[in-house]
Amino acid sequence: MDQRSFPLPSQIAAVPGAEGWEAMYPYFSRFQPEDDERFWFYNSMHFPEVVPAFDGITSEIPYTAIGANTARLFSFPTTMGIEYRIINGRVYITANPVTDPAQVEARFADFQERAGYYYANWDRLYGEWQQRIEVLIADIEAVEVPELGDLDPLEVITSGRGFASNHFLRERFHRCIDLYSTMWHHHTEFLMLGYGAYVVFFEFCKQAFPEMGDQMVARMVAGMDVTMYRPDDELKKLAALAVELDLADLFVEGAEPSKVLSALGERGDAGARWLAALEAAKDPWFNVSVGDGFYHHHLSWADDLTVPFAALPRYVEQIAAGEDLTRPTERLAEERDRIAAEYRALLATEDERGAFDQMLGLCRLVFPYIESHKIYCEHWFTTRFFQKIRAFGALLAERGVLLQADDVFHLRHLEVEDALADVMLAWASGGTELGARHWQPIVAERKRIVEALSGWSPPPALGAVPEALNDPAVKMLWGITQETVETWLGGDDDDESTVRGYAASPGVVEGVARVLLNVNDIGQIREGEVLVCPVTAPSWGPVFGKIAAAVSDIGGTMSHAAIVAREYGMPAVVGTGMATSRIKTGDRVRVDGDRGVVTVIS
Amino acid sequence: MTSTRPVLRFADVGIDDVPSVGGKGASLGELLRAGIRVPNGFVVTTAAFRQAIEHLDAEGDIVRRIAALDPADAATLAATTAEVRAVVESAPLPADVADAVTASYVELCAESGEHDLPVAVRSSATSEDSADASFAGLQDTYLWVRGAAEVLEQVRRCWASLYSVESVTYRLRRAIPEDDLAMAVVVQRMVDSRSSGVLFTRSPLTGDRSVICLDASWGLGSAVVSGDVTPDSFMVSKVTGEITRRTVATKTTWHQPDPSGSGVVETEVPGQLQDVPSLSDEEIAELVAIARTVEAHYGCPQDIEWAVSRSAAGGENVFLLQSRPETVWAQKDAERAAAAPAARPFDHVLNLLGGKRPSGS
Repeated sequence: MDQRSFPLPSQIAAVPGAEGWEAMYPYFSRFQPEDDERFWFYNSMHFPEVVPAFDGITSEIPYTAIGANTARLFSFPTTMGIEYRIINGRVYITANPVTDPAQVEARFADFQERAGYYYANWDRLYGEWQQRIEVLIADIEAVEVPELGDLDPLEVITSGRGFASNHFLRERFHRCIDLYSTMWHHHTEFLMLGYGAYVVFFEFCKQAFPEMGDQMVARMVAGMDVTMYRPDDELKKLAALAVELDLADLFVEGAEPSKVLSALGERGDAGARWLAALEAAKDPWFNVSVGDGFYHHHLSWADDLTVPFAALPRYVEQIAAGEDLTRPTERLAEERDRIAAEYRALLATEDERGAFDQMLGLCRLVFPYIESHKIYCEHWFTTRFFQKIRAFGALLAERGVLLQADDVFHLRHLEVEDALADVMLAWASGGTELGARHWQPIVAERKRIVEALSGWSPPPALGAVPEALNDPAVKMLWGITQETVETWLGGDDDDESTVRGYAASPGVVEGVARVLLNVNDIGQIREGEVLVCPVTAPSWGPVFGKIAAAVSDIGGTMSHAAIVAREYGMPAVVGTGMATSRIKTGDRVRVDGDRGVVTVIS
Repeated sequence: MTSTRPVLRFADVGIDDVPSVGGKGASLGELLRAGIRVPNGFVVTTAAFRQAIEHLDAEGDIVRRIAALDPADAATLAATTAEVRAVVESAPLPADVADAVTASYVELCAESGEHDLPVAVRSSATSEDSADASFAGLQDTYLWVRGAAEVLEQVRRCWASLYSVESVTYRLRRAIPEDDLAMAVVVQRMVDSRSSGVLFTRSPLTGDRSVICLDASWGLGSAVVSGDVTPDSFMVSKVTGEITRRTVATKTTWHQPDPSGSGVVETEVPGQLQDVPSLSDEEIAELVAIARTVEAHYGCPQDIEWAVSRSAAGGENVFLLQSRPETVWAQKDAERAAAAPAARPFDHVLNLLGGKRPSGS
């Protein structure tokens, strides 16, 4: 194999015990023979784990939306959309570049008109976007999974509705899928334009101040938008309330949430007040996934209190000790403005200062979207979406088609429709669903397959490295550039004990590594450990109060994790490509957030 | 206006006095005016130089011989310049110039309470042109010079450096008239350097104006300037004050005053010091603060030599030895196409995403 090439898709060996994995995903997500000619990279930022069959929808639908946005809505000149393929349960992607100069020119004309319109009307459009997203969230919350009784209610007759409730099974399931699709279109609506404004400012800063750390750029634009910090803030408020109500003794490291809750129930009025505050905070602020909203099993805080309750003891302790944990918004805003003013003053010419003002201004205009959209889309909406699908799963389990509600996530969404049709027919005919015999062995087999595939280490990329890899879209969203790929390629020459990535948050720290491949294991993290994971997510925020540093396989300096790490003032190295495979739990590591280097010491 | 006095004290000069005291002398005076701690001293002015040349070349013989040289004729050039240098180095100074230099040196000794105070003697060119300046003998620095007689001798050697092959060739090629020739000489109290080095108020590697880069080593700064030692290297953000890069080198050699009392020797750094940072974080912070004051005073990035005294009390032990405008990146700045405002702010983005300019440029 040429050293300029990663393995070709066709060269990927089968994983023992995972035979037949292909049936878990749609035919159009499979590698084709001609795909060997193209360069693909593993999207471990969004898909760090094996994708269960239903969760295939979290690549299918986002890529229909983002491609449509760049290719057909805004007419991005140099890129159409993104194609994805799934192999051994992992998602690989490639961008379709536009290479014909005449076509680039033609698309540029439309791009200027269309993107220009969005930038020129950003505030109004973004204001409307927020309203639309909130409506979408209300819509998904309002979807009711039908109840199929012995007889339909009398008012179906008296209202003259004229059709039976089994009809709603497919309609409402479909509504969930349709709303999910609409949400993703809105998610991508501002995405590329927003990141574009950031990248322009970022590159200007890097050129004017080559020594500037990546994180400094983010510090100049970081919004004072509180949405993304709100879940964590709510936890801090609950911690403060626990101290105020003299309940601090209940929040100790390692305590089970269920035991804490029942203990609170025995603390009379104070306990009741705290539980009421918890309920109030949960909706909507606990609708944050412990992942990034791409897996059904990345439960939200609301679904599983493990993460928030793992963070509470430390907050309680800090508040009891008199620390002020409220986010110093005013000080942060002052610091942000001071840093920007100082860099501005260091520019050599009035022209450069003018360009700086324009780019920074535009960046700050788009930043509320960049900081907030994930909370609305991947977290709040998606939490509700998976809850609804789980409710359909509960119905299928109740009707005997599945053994348990969560088994629904081992069926592709089209297969779920089949299973629902089975229920609709059985209810209509007075017969019995035939799905138990059909689906239950499939679910069991797929669970085994997922288990087998989860031990596979996906290469960071597949195929020959192209001459130039400078698609601004790829660079913007994944931080993947020629340099990144060179790092991956050079990975074998590097000292085995060294991992390189982006310097996302400054500082140097040594500590014991905790490698977490699956976010549900987040409870294993101990005070002062170095978190090593495929990807970090904003809802891990509270965990940042415990760890000494964060290291991830993929992610850019724009990732929420990087921003949170900077807020907590801890070193972070992201986008290493291989930290989780090189580092083992228990290794003593040095994380150098200034240079983007992680070293295994012993 | 050019002063006619043969000697001027630092305290009496400023940046407008380049014609009298040269760039280095004027800069030291200016630093003192800006409240920067500079080892005290005086300048032997260009007036003194002219007077001295006139004194030993009343007929204009030297000027004519030099002006008549052919820069392509290396042999004649070398022979003639060697002869002229010998004359300039050996001829006694005019009495009033010698008296003034001696008086100023004695005054400096009295001020510091040390007989035969060790001083640095350095040439100080009047040219605005940096390339010119570097040819004119910026490298002429004599350290740890003691006693009036020795000072006078080094002053003559500085002057003689104007007649080096390089310097003369440069003037001939640029058609710089010999009549305009002038050089001042700075005589400055030596700092008993524990550590010293150079700093730039922008990155010498990338031109970044938001950082200060320091090179530091044990002993006299000449070891760093000459490249005899790999120095410790620090980069500090002007915006946050953080030390963003820190490389502690193994510093094997240092320059120290010759135990004989005069001149400098290069010896091995004691083993226990070799791998120890030659500056504390507090000293770095103080140097950064001083550098920023100087840069703000001059309004452009500076190239600064500094020293930390072994004997002065903490808080008063950091000295600047000289500061001059950084020239390499200033030239590049002038040549590069800088970013400019667009008609609409978002045009910057449209152009980038439109592939109108390569990403990252």
